[in-house]
Amino acid sequence: MAKDVLPSAATQQAEPEKAKGRRAFWSNLAGIFLRRREASIIVVAIVLVIYFQASNQNFLTQANIRTISQFIAATAIISAGEVMLLICGEIDLSAGMVFAFAPFIMFFTYQAGLPIWVGIIFGLLASAVVGLFNGLVTVLLKVPSFITTLGTLFLLNGLTLTLSQGFPVLTPVVGAFNQVFGNSPYSEIAWAVAIAIVMQIVLSYTRWGLHTVATGGNLLGAKESGVNVNRIKIGNFMLTSLLAGFAGILEGFRITSIDPGAGGTNIMFAAVAGAVIGGTSLMGGLGTIVGAFLGVLVLSILQDGFTLLGVSAFTFDIILGAAILIAMILNVRLQLLREAGRQ
Amino acid sequence: MIESQEAPDVIGAEHIVKSFGAVKALRDINMHLMKGEVLGLVGDNGAGKSTLIKILTGFIQPDDGMIFINGEEVKLRSVSHARSLGIETVYQDLALVNELSVYHNMFIKRELLRKPLPLLNNRKMREQARQHLEKMRINIPSVDTEVAKLSGGQRQAIAIARAVYSEANILLLDEPLAAMGAKEGTRILDLIRNLKASGEVSMIMIAHNYAQVLEICDRVNLLQHGTITLDKRVADTSLEELNELVMREYRVGAVRPEQPQPRHTP
Repeated sequence: MAKDVLPSAATQQAEPEKAKGRRAFWSNLAGIFLRRREASIIVVAIVLVIYFQASNQNFLTQANIRTISQFIAATAIISAGEVMLLICGEIDLSAGMVFAFAPFIMFFTYQAGLPIWVGIIFGLLASAVVGLFNGLVTVLLKVPSFITTLGTLFLLNGLTLTLSQGFPVLTPVVGAFNQVFGNSPYSEIAWAVAIAIVMQIVLSYTRWGLHTVATGGNLLGAKESGVNVNRIKIGNFMLTSLLAGFAGILEGFRITSIDPGAGGTNIMFAAVAGAVIGGTSLMGGLGTIVGAFLGVLVLSILQDGFTLLGVSAFTFDIILGAAILIAMILNVRLQLLREAGRQ
Repeated sequence: MIESQEAPDVIGAEHIVKSFGAVKALRDINMHLMKGEVLGLVGDNGAGKSTLIKILTGFIQPDDGMIFINGEEVKLRSVSHARSLGIETVYQDLALVNELSVYHNMFIKRELLRKPLPLLNNRKMREQARQHLEKMRINIPSVDTEVAKLSGGQRQAIAIARAVYSEANILLLDEPLAAMGAKEGTRILDLIRNLKASGEVSMIMIAHNYAQVLEICDRVNLLQHGTITLDKRVADTSLEELNELVMREYRVGAVRPEQPQPRHTP
């Protein structure tokens, strides 16, 4: 595909204007699909929507779109953080446990007699502290983040189960607050979209984003250029935990109960899978928040569509696993094509 | 220093010592760099050249010794600190990020922002990078190109251009000619020559090719086993002398730094 682009440019002169324009359009389009992974995921998402709608008329009903939006929201928020971490060359396996942990901190703060907004702040602070811990252990003690966060995954899960004694609690009801923070039909997805937009701006248009890419793209080089790579990494660990905690709080308000078993490794792996399907490299240096959002969207459409079709959960996992593998194989092949196009 | 002082020193280093665990990388370094001069730093692999450069650029801190920048003693705390004093380094690995565009690489850690917003001013950075590269007569397809797509010589040129951009007046070059074809190497030498002609930049250049050092530098320091064993103007030394000193190192096994080095007449 990449090779097509060059010869067509060379033969353009002899062609009439119209054909030239059309050809340039198609080669540009091919170029966009090669360069911008987001474009190919949108196509996959559209194809899936058409397929599921054709198989089941209920797919594009308002109720089902709302269900899909609920599938997407919390995972997409977590994946926004994971993308930042993956780009700077790290990963957070504990995010799903922070997701379960933060709303309990909020609940206990509220139960102690403090207003709910103080509870939310405490929940977010506790999440950030977990991220700080992950970051410090990874950066200062030089434990690979895969191991550090595997440790905090179990540690936090145990802590949440101990605090809650294993039982879910009811989310405090304080009126309008609940509506804004996840309880009204589209508030959670609105938060997810807003967070994705803000995080994409942070990644593409701020120093922090640029330094995050530099840290993951060339760690030594970034250090030599004066980038404080430790600060970048710790900051992104804190950001990921904070977002995971916030997603957990939103989810608590949405489903009106707080479950110690919520989230966990499932939501974390879904977030990482979404990021990776969306073009984020596990090797660092590459990735976009928008891509991850679309990756999560595709996963959610798949999950919801298969449920509507009555495909069993067992089959669903088989298909999901295959989808991730195919996406990754394509990703690697496209990367090779792109590199071939450079020469 | 026996030499007559023609110009004031921009860098002075006295009794610099640095060990990594049991390895003494630098034993007792005394060196200086005069304003507008190009100093060639030569020596075998593992002699301590890169360690010395990293100390002068604030990337690592010496165990002992004093550093003077423009006559004032300073403790270089970090790369940013050294940079604020006008010291820029082009590392052997170039410190470029493949995934980023040329202009983002040129502005890393000194990004231009759309004040009062904390957002990058990409348009301005792109424009300034383009003008700067044009002024230095560096040819690349576009400043939007990802660095990964550039050749070795282009990457080296970008790294040097980045270093001299802004107010850098001391440039440390760690093997700028390594891993480069003859044609590209000539271009980089021209680039260094142009910088020297401008008279505003003083340079320390690590190199392996003695002929190139003698061609482009004003003075040469030979580093052997963590000390400087020769400090001469290029006019007063020769390829033969440099080769002889390095070869003797192999014959004797190790030089004894505390002994004065005999001077040879070519």
